[in-house]
Amino acid sequence: MSMLHTVNKSPFENSSISSCLAMCTNDSSVLFIEDGVISVMKSTKFSDLIMDSLSKYKIYALKPDLEARGLSLDNVIDGVEIVGYDEFVDLTTEHDSVQSWL
Amino acid sequence: MGEEAIIKKFMYVNRKSPYGTIYALESLEVVLISAAFDQDVSLTFTDDGVYQLMKNQKTEGIGMKNFSSTYSALGDYEIKKIYIDKESLEERGLSISDLQELVWEDEDEDYAEKSSINLVSRDELSEIMNQQDIVMSF
Repeated sequence: MSMLHTVNKSPFENSSISSCLAMCTNDSSVLFIEDGVISVMKSTKFSDLIMDSLSKYKIYALKPDLEARGLSLDNVIDGVEIVGYDEFVDLTTEHDSVQSWL
Repeated sequence: MGEEAIIKKFMYVNRKSPYGTIYALESLEVVLISAAFDQDVSLTFTDDGVYQLMKNQKTEGIGMKNFSSTYSALGDYEIKKIYIDKESLEERGLSISDLQELVWEDEDEDYAEKSSINLVSRDELSEIMNQQDIVMSF
């Protein structure tokens, strides 16, 4: 079963990111939304965790949430796919289920 | 009334990113209202609170009000002490140049613009926080 995981909290705020990644399997995807988009930025103390995960799962970040926070798209970790709301909808339909980590 | 005004030291501590929760906007509202009471006010941005001052915020895509330009009014409200936690910036791969500049005008020096921003270490912040009469956390 393919599962789309969404993470909407800053990695500095709670442990959603590590709990989520621990539950991911090979056919999982992770989409970072709202404050979750902080997770995909370069040079934070969570960057290594994301870079390690990129070889195992597809990782996405929602563009409007990056832009709202003044987070430069150029500073997003290479390999993370930046998506809009349309692709968010596509991702939810392409996967068998969605889990929202709150 | 003949009573001497009591001035207390107020510090507002901002620890959250701007749009994921309502805390940042509420804090800013409270700060601007409290400015009317002639108290000794300072603001701290620490942890994810440093994201509140990021330049280039564009909120059209999420349909929320972009309140980042309001911070530049703080100087007009005589709020001149803004403390930014250096370690919080470093943990997030940010530098002070990623944040907007905040200034106040010194009327004793022909309204010269002076920076309100103080980049401080956690040790320095601890010391400043301990001198406050009232600390409000958002």
